Amino acid sequence: QNKSRPHSRGEYNVYSTFQSHEPEFDYLKSLEIEEKINKIRWLPQQNAAHFLLSTNDKTIKLWKISERDKRAEGYNLKDEDGRLRDPFRITALRVPILKPMDLMVEASPRRIFANAHTYHINSISVNSDHETYLSADDLRINLWHLEITDRSFNIVDIKPANMEELTEVITAAEFHPHHCNVFVYSSSKGTIRLCDMRSSALCDRHSKFFEEPEDPSSRSFFSEIISSISDVKFSHSGRYMMTRDYLSVKVWDLNMENRPVETYQVHEYLRSKLCSLYENDCIFDKFECCWNGSDSAIMTGSYNNFFRMFDRNTRRDVTLEASRESSKPRAVLKPRKVCTGGKRKKDEISVDSLDFNKKILHTAWHPMENIIAVAATNNLYIFQDKIN
Amino acid sequence: MFVRGLKRKCFDGEEDIEGTLAGIKAIPSYNLQRQSLLDMSLVKLQLCHMLVEPNLCRSVLIANTVRQIQEEMTQDGTWQMINTQSTGQASLDRLVSTDILCRSSREQAEGKHVPGYSTFNKDFEGDQAQDNSETMSTVSSVQAPRNLQSNVWEMENPQENKGNFQKSLDQIFETLENKSPNSVEDLFSEVDNSYYDLDTMLTGMMSNTKMGHCDGLETFSSPTTTASNSNCKSDLNELDHIVEILVES
Repeated sequence: QNKSRPHSRGEYNVYSTFQSHEPEFDYLKSLEIEEKINKIRWLPQQNAAHFLLSTNDKTIKLWKISERDKRAEGYNLKDEDGRLRDPFRITALRVPILKPMDLMVEASPRRIFANAHTYHINSISVNSDHETYLSADDLRINLWHLEITDRSFNIVDIKPANMEELTEVITAAEFHPHHCNVFVYSSSKGTIRLCDMRSSALCDRHSKFFEEPEDPSSRSFFSEIISSISDVKFSHSGRYMMTRDYLSVKVWDLNMENRPVETYQVHEYLRSKLCSLYENDCIFDKFECCWNGSDSAIMTGSYNNFFRMFDRNTRRDVTLEASRESSKPRAVLKPRKVCTGGKRKKDEISVDSLDFNKKILHTAWHPMENIIAVAATNNLYIFQDKIN
Repeated sequence: MFVRGLKRKCFDGEEDIEGTLAGIKAIPSYNLQRQSLLDMSLVKLQLCHMLVEPNLCRSVLIANTVRQIQEEMTQDGTWQMINTQSTGQASLDRLVSTDILCRSSREQAEGKHVPGYSTFNKDFEGDQAQDNSETMSTVSSVQAPRNLQSNVWEMENPQENKGNFQKSLDQIFETLENKSPNSVEDLFSEVDNSYYDLDTMLTGMMSNTKMGHCDGLETFSSPTTTASNSNCKSDLNELDHIVEILVES
């Protein structure tokens, strides 16, 4: 496994692969806890090693990924095979020499944060203080210190005393990129609450409440489901936040709670198909969204291996496809178009031909370069700007 | 008294049916669509019910959709009509029939009080008893009157839980918290699970107003509903032992 140089060749090789979680069995509930990873978050890099947090439904792990490309040779007490040398045979002292070796990438678990969540973890977010992080499940949010694994503080709890009264769950949560006391969490009813940890230990009362009033003309039985927020992300500047619901992406100004400042339609043509999408459960798909490094563009996934990018300044948008056929190395991606009605033009694809099994739920944008990663089922695509 | 009430309701229902039918004929497709959405949602919830660890967000969203439909149908007046039809009953019966493992003596006594509802409510009570074996907080719901939505069922039956529909929804929620039985759980059906969900137990303790109703637990004769610490510990050991055997085989 070797690192590739992206700018010169535009091709990537796997850097490291490791098993983060194993399936576990909860004996008390007779349940298997899947090893499936729900979220991964990088820690800010402080030395040569990389650290990341990965979580499944119940347990969060801190992994250290380090490189080794040198090896010491010429030990005194053991020979090259590692066998101990007979002390009586050692007649001279030598200083071991570092020699280069093939790059080896090691991943080692450094912390395991377990047993703090009754429900399924949907989010983790590293704080700007680089010391704490939060983990959120359907009903609770916990605050952890990266060094302490046997204790966490509950900072949000929306579980009703009577579970029959449950009508709303937490869907995502994130720390503010600069203010280490501020975080937001989104709900299945399309609301976002901003909380300040300085105001009280248990942040059940929000400092700000973001909700767009419903458009009565478009109300249907599916209104609530499609308003459920699947992802929330602060802009790098910390001034805005973006939310993803089923059909759109919304950008909110943190200073304005009553409506978003920008709304982008991801696949509005699906609005007339909501009943079928409810039937086949696609309506519950949780799409993520992301900002580019300068906050000038946002990106999110859709169906048929399509993903969408929106330029906030020019208001232009583009639909691209992540598939083998359209992604030959160095080939420029061709914009795609979904035919929403009327006559289908050549190269357009009609709504009914869309493959709803090919969904792009996870996308990521390099924090500094114009390089994006798009996950399409079991393939990972990395795209970058044309090199002129 | 209950039986008479039932008859009265049916009568009213019939009167309303006439009016409603006329309304329904005017827009048949919307009501049909709504009904099919309702049926689809119930099936989804029922499938959730059978999953080992259902997705809570999805279940909440589906349940809210069902409530919305129910509210609208109640306002329309079509809700009453649906409930008196046997087809409606059948679907709700299906909803609860999956995991009745035992009947408590209490609900059997209630079964006597309400002969008209006997098959229906027995199933509910049985299911409720099953759930009661799993959480303490459920007990309060059986006995506390609920007035989430005003519909005919409430008025006729103040002691029973309001809206069989609502009840089935709520049972589903309780079961969502404490996973529904599968073949492995059937093995452990005699084990009391109520203390295993520590979280729910603690919550049950916190909701002090409802704690009083937990006295009702004592009257349950079914072995799965007795809740005591000593049982719990020995059951835990038993559980470990059983699992060891399973794992080794």
